[in-house]
Order: sequence, then structure tokens, then C-alpha cells
Amino acid sequence: MIPAMEATIAVTGLRKRFGPTQALDDLSFTVTPGQVTGFVGPNGAGKSTTMRVVLGLDTPDAGRALIGGHEYRTLKHPLSHVGALLDAAALQPGRTARNHLLWLAHSQGLGARRVDEVIRLAGLETAARRRAGGYSLGMRQRLGIAAAMLGDPPVLMLDEPFNGLDPEGIVWMRGLLGSLAAQGRAVLVSSHLMSELQDTADHLLVLGRGRVIADTSVRELVAAASGDRVTLRTSERSAVMTLLARAGAVVASTDRETLTVSGLAAERIVALLTADGVPFSEVSAHRATLEEAYMELTRDAVEFRGAGARSGSTERADGSSAEEVVR
Amino acid sequence: MTTTIAPYRSQAEGARAGFPQLLRAEWTKFRTVRGWMVGLLVAVLLTVGFGLLSANGSHRSCSGPSGDVACPSPPVGPGGGMVTDTFYFVHQSLTGDGSITVRVSGFSAPEAWAKAGVIVKNGTGQGSAYAAVMVTGTHGVRMQYDYTHDQAGLPGAVSSSSPRWLRLTRSGSTLTGYDSTDGSNWTRIGAAQLAGLPSTVQIGMFAASPDSVKTLSQGIGSGGASSSPTSATATLDNVTLQGGASGATWTGSMGNRDGSPAGGGSVQGPTGGFQQDPGTGAFTVRGSGDIAPAVGGAAGDGQAVERTLVGTFAGLVVVVVLGTLFITAEYRRGLIRTTLTASPGRVRVLAAKAVVCAGAAFATGVVAAAVAIPLCTHILKANGNVLYPVGLLTEVRLVVGTGLLLAVAAVMALAVGTILRRGAGAVTLVIAVTVLPYILATASVLPTGPSEWLLRLSPAAGFAVQQSLQVFPQVDSFYTPVNGFFPLAPWAGFAVMCGWAALALGLAGHLLRRRDV
Repeated sequence: MIPAMEATIAVTGLRKRFGPTQALDDLSFTVTPGQVTGFVGPNGAGKSTTMRVVLGLDTPDAGRALIGGHEYRTLKHPLSHVGALLDAAALQPGRTARNHLLWLAHSQGLGARRVDEVIRLAGLETAARRRAGGYSLGMRQRLGIAAAMLGDPPVLMLDEPFNGLDPEGIVWMRGLLGSLAAQGRAVLVSSHLMSELQDTADHLLVLGRGRVIADTSVRELVAAASGDRVTLRTSERSAVMTLLARAGAVVASTDRETLTVSGLAAERIVALLTADGVPFSEVSAHRATLEEAYMELTRDAVEFRGAGARSGSTERADGSSAEEVVR
Repeated sequence: MTTTIAPYRSQAEGARAGFPQLLRAEWTKFRTVRGWMVGLLVAVLLTVGFGLLSANGSHRSCSGPSGDVACPSPPVGPGGGMVTDTFYFVHQSLTGDGSITVRVSGFSAPEAWAKAGVIVKNGTGQGSAYAAVMVTGTHGVRMQYDYTHDQAGLPGAVSSSSPRWLRLTRSGSTLTGYDSTDGSNWTRIGAAQLAGLPSTVQIGMFAASPDSVKTLSQGIGSGGASSSPTSATATLDNVTLQGGASGATWTGSMGNRDGSPAGGGSVQGPTGGFQQDPGTGAFTVRGSGDIAPAVGGAAGDGQAVERTLVGTFAGLVVVVVLGTLFITAEYRRGLIRTTLTASPGRVRVLAAKAVVCAGAAFATGVVAAAVAIPLCTHILKANGNVLYPVGLLTEVRLVVGTGLLLAVAAVMALAVGTILRRGAGAVTLVIAVTVLPYILATASVLPTGPSEWLLRLSPAAGFAVQQSLQVFPQVDSFYTPVNGFFPLAPWAGFAVMCGWAALALGLAGHLLRRRDV
């Protein structure tokens, strides 16, 4: 009987040093059930290290990581508490996918019936009796998901599960993660590509240099990043820029025909352009992509750190912007 | 924020996740890699194959008047072991109880274990039961019986100024030996029960001197031996027979060649003879040969059963590779993380892996030995070879021991693989401490001294468990590794190997628990 357990991952004050690198630097966060939490940050930010610490594979120098209030190493049926996918390539090439799942199942006291269930869940029915060595990366990811789902765990922790998936696979993975969260599970998904988490993650944990830079809901983050900007499409770029700048707006050109306007509401822009007879084909409230929101967030983080470390990086960050700003 | 949802509860419940489940998981892991199962089969085939090669190349034939003939089979003693039973025997019949007493006043013996004295024997056939009290070249007075038994009596050499009195009494099937320096104060040496001794036996005096055996060369490549016959001469007087002896004529015979006291014509072999001084009644008995257990190795002309297991080292190499891969393949692929995520008790994981490795290797060794021993024995015999007979228990020890040898080697490989986390390095290291010392010590590469130390200290000591040849202190021979004699007793040698494996496993468990994976 698996005792009922809170579906959470709680990490407090984790520190971990590898030689000269401080991989985790006083890291604290909580992953709550019922939503997909995106775990993002540049390579080397500490995402994989955190996951290894949570799974008891790496010992932290300080701090602790708990699954539903318990240390991972004390769990009796660990796979019924946490399903993890760390490295989809971690397979013995000569062993079939089904046999890989079979030994995992046996270690938890589970039988072949459960193995066949997760094979169906991962859509591997036709390939399950083939050697894993011949699997594509996408198939390995599916096998990894099957392994993570063996114990039907309330907590899932997946490291880069979208890697190597074909478009169909990405759609499948998004649907699966969403439905698992909807069942009340805590789902932590790491990625270094924001676009993968678009429309998937409900919550975002942003890591940088072993610290939490942001712990925010995706909806709020995107709203904040979108601001009150308006996207405007026109063939008369310079005329529009002059007109709107005179009205007090900040106008940036995104490409040859598109401008991003902030400081003026969409209705007011339409009125101004109509009054002056400037042609335009589209005016819409701008909605930032998750990627844009993330870039903005991490740029701030870079500036924040830069201010402490060396002055002048603020200018560098602005100067490197490709945007052409007219006031 | 999303609305609160009831926490999810796992629907997949394992009955239990204890050590048996872990064991089953590790066994599933092992058996589902086809290459590894094929590896076990290869280990069996190599072990048997090397045995077959060796057996096929081993021929023995004896020349007779009309070309090669089958060699006569050597005599077997009452204990079932092969024996040497050619000595010069001056005897007469004894019916019922009785005794013989003599004084040995002179003994000229070239060999330490040359012997002369009194004996009661169940006929003159080779291999028959006997008990004897004797003086020896350098080992003092001894009482010996049924070839393998040896008890010490008075020490010291025999001369006319320091004679030895010997007495052997028969009472039913019990023979008791005594010695004395003066003929009046007797000391009991020991007693022998010769089961099934008939009423009428042969009683008398004997002399024997084993062949002088020398190694052909020293150092590198030593191992060959040459032997040349020797003979010993004893002077025995004050001969007293009591009880149911005929008391008349003494007959001299050499081994099983009754009635030919001067030896058997042109055949070079044991010789002997006797004279009785008509004046003093003293006997001079001269004899060569020996009455003793047959000892294997270069000095013997039989084959040891373990000869059929020479291929064990090859099977061991394969098993070492598999034992190493069982853990290093996981490190190489990153699968170790999956394993330790499923079973966070790391020492338990290592223990389960060790049990699976040991079990697979044990089965491999047992099957290989159970096939190789009868198959190669059959071929050896068909090629005219004589095998030293071994008891059922010894045969079982050889079969089970071969399995245990492979099992412990596999566990050691697993442990070293865990410590080093590199397959190639671990395989090299384990082979360098097991197979390499074994080959250096037994294939006449190293001199005897270093060879014996290697087989005492290194894990290769475990190969001793395959030794069936017995060491007999009462027979001088080359009890060296080259001749198939290990310096440690079978289970002692195996214990040394187990010690090394336990050490490696302990270190592996410690490191596995401490390290990040």
C-alpha cells in the first residue's frame, strides 16, 4: 500500500560545489501539484544537478530536498512517488525496451502487466520488443516517459523531455504533461528552449548560476512582458514613427513593415493615423512570446548581477539590442 | 493561481520492494542482454575446449615384445588410491595370531625414505593390505600401514652401535607396532586395523628404496624430472617368529613377481635379494622400489583429474569480463542513475548484483566442470593414460569448487568495476591478479619459491580448490605448483581468494555509498 503523500518537491537552501564551480548556490523552491512547472535556465544553471540531488544521486553540501516531506533515499517504493527522466540515452543497447521496463518494474515489485500499460501509454507497442540500441532519440524519450510512469507517481521530474521529438511527438508530450498535471500531479519539466514550454507550462522556475532568478506563473510573466505595447503593420514606416513619436509614444521597428508602439493605446493610434491619412494594414495589442518574456527576465538578471560585478554592463546590454529606438 | 486539486495518489502498487525484488530486477537485467548470456556459454565452451585439447594431446603407451601395448594399470591400495608396491620381501605364511621381532643393526640407505623392517601383508599381490614397522634413511623408526598411514617411532639413524629392535604383532585384524633400543624395554608406536584380513597372511622382513628423482633444470622452465633406481641394504638379526608361522623356509620375492628373488630379467626396474649368514643367522636384505602411495606430478606416471579442468582460466577470463560489464556498462551508459533511482539503497544494489554475478558464474563453472571432467577423463583413458583415482567427495569438490572459483572471480570483477568505473581497467586488473599469477606459477615460468608465494598471497590461491593430488610426507617428491601442488590446502587457498574479493567488495560498497553518480 503506497501511503498517500503530498505531491510536492520542496528544495531548501541547496548548495553544491563541483571543484571551482558553485553549481547550486542556496537554491530554494517548491513545486506544487496540479500544474506543469517549467524548469528553465541556460546550460550550467544547475537544473540537472538539482534533479540529481532531489533523487538522492548527488549529495548536497548543504540544504535538503524533500518529496512530499520525505527524503528520496528513505522511500520504500521510490518509483511510486517520483517518476524521473534524467537521460533518455541511458539504456543498455542490447536490451529491448520491454525488458528495460521489466527490470525496473521488478525492482518495485511490479509485474509485466504494468509494463505493458506504460508501453501503451508511451505509444511504443510496435517497437517495445526491439533493442533499445536501435531507437531514435524521440523513441528513447517515449521509453523514458514509460519508465517514469511505471509507478504511476504523483510527482514527475523530466529533464529535457522534448529533445529529439518530432512535431507529432511534441504535441503528444504537451498533451500528456497537461493531462498528468490535471490529474493532480506535480510535473517539473526542464528545458533550455522556451518555445517548447509555450502553451505547456503553467508555472516557471528560472535558474541562473545555481540560484532561482524567477518563480512565477507563466500568465503573469507573459502579461508583464507584453506591457501595453501595440503591434502596427504599415508600408509608411518613417511617417508613422514621426507621427506617433510626436504624440508621445516610443516606437521600435521590428522589421521592414512592423512597428512596436508603447505609450499609446491601440484606439488612439488608429485615430491619429486615420486623421493624418497614413495607411496601415494592422493594429493589434502585442502579446509577448514566452521566449521574449524569458529573455527580458534573464536580461534583467544579467543587469542585476552586472551592476554588482562591474559597472558599464548595463550599457552593453542596451547597446547590443537590435532594436532601433526613436523617441 | 490554479484551483486546488486533490493530490494524486499512485495506483500502481508493488507488492513489496525488498531484496528479493531487487535480486529479481538484477537477474532480469543480466539475462536480457543476449551478449552476456552468450558469454556464459562461451565460458563453458572455452573451459571444456581447453580440457579437450589437453586430453587429446596426452598419450601414453608401453612397448612390449610385439610393439606398443596397453600399459598395465598400476595397483590400487585398500584405500582406493593408486600405490607403489614393489619392494623386496622375505616372507613366510602366518596363520592366526603371531608376531615377528628383529634387531636392525645396520642400514645402508641412499634415500631419506629408504625403508627396511618387519611387515605383515595380505599376500604378495600388489596393492594388498599391510602393516609394517621399519627403520628409514633419515626419518627414524616408523610404523606404516595400508600405504597412506604413517606414524613416527624412535628417532635417529641406525648403526651397529645404535641398533633398533622392531616388533609387529598380529591379533585378528589388529596389528600393533613396537620399537626398542635394547630389546627389553619396548614402546608401542601404534596399531592398525586391517579390515578383512584373512587368517593366513605373509609375515617377514623387507627392504625398499625409492627412485632418486631430480629436477632436470632449475629456474625458468623447471618442472621436468629424471629418476634413477636406488637400493637399500639392511642387516637384521635376532629374528624371532611367534604364533602360527610355519617357521621353516623364507621365500624372497620382489613386488608381485613371486619367486624371482634376483629380479625380472631384462626389465629395468626394482631389484633386490637376501642372504642368511649360516653362522649368526643374521639376514642381509637388499631391495629397491617402495611401498607407499603413488604421488602425482612429474615423478608419477598417472594423470590428475584436475588436468581436465586446465581450461578453467579461460572461462574465468570470460566471467571476469561479464562481472565487470555488469556494473561498468551502467556507468558508461548512465544507466547507474536509473538503477539507483529505482533502488536508493546502494549497498543493497551492489549486494544484489554480486549475488546475480556469483550465481551466473557458479552455474557456468559447475556446468563446465561437470562436462569437462567425465568427457576429458574418457579421452585421457582412451589415450592410454592412467588417472589417479579420486573419491566422490573430491570429485564433487572439483565440480563445486570450479563453480565457486568463477563465482568469486566474478564478484571480484564486479567490485573492481564499481571501484574503477572503467571496464577495460577493471578487467585488466582482475586478470592481472588472478589468471596471470596462476599461469606464471603453474606453467613453469617462475621458480618454485616465488610461484608458491604467488599462490599463497594472490587471489590465484583460489585455484587450489581444484587440486585432487595429495601430498604424502612419507614420499619425497616435487610438491611444486608446476607439478600440480598448491602451497595451500584447497579450501585455505579458496579462502585467500574470498578474502580478496570481500576486501574489494567492501571498498566498492563504501565508495558507491559515498560518491555522487
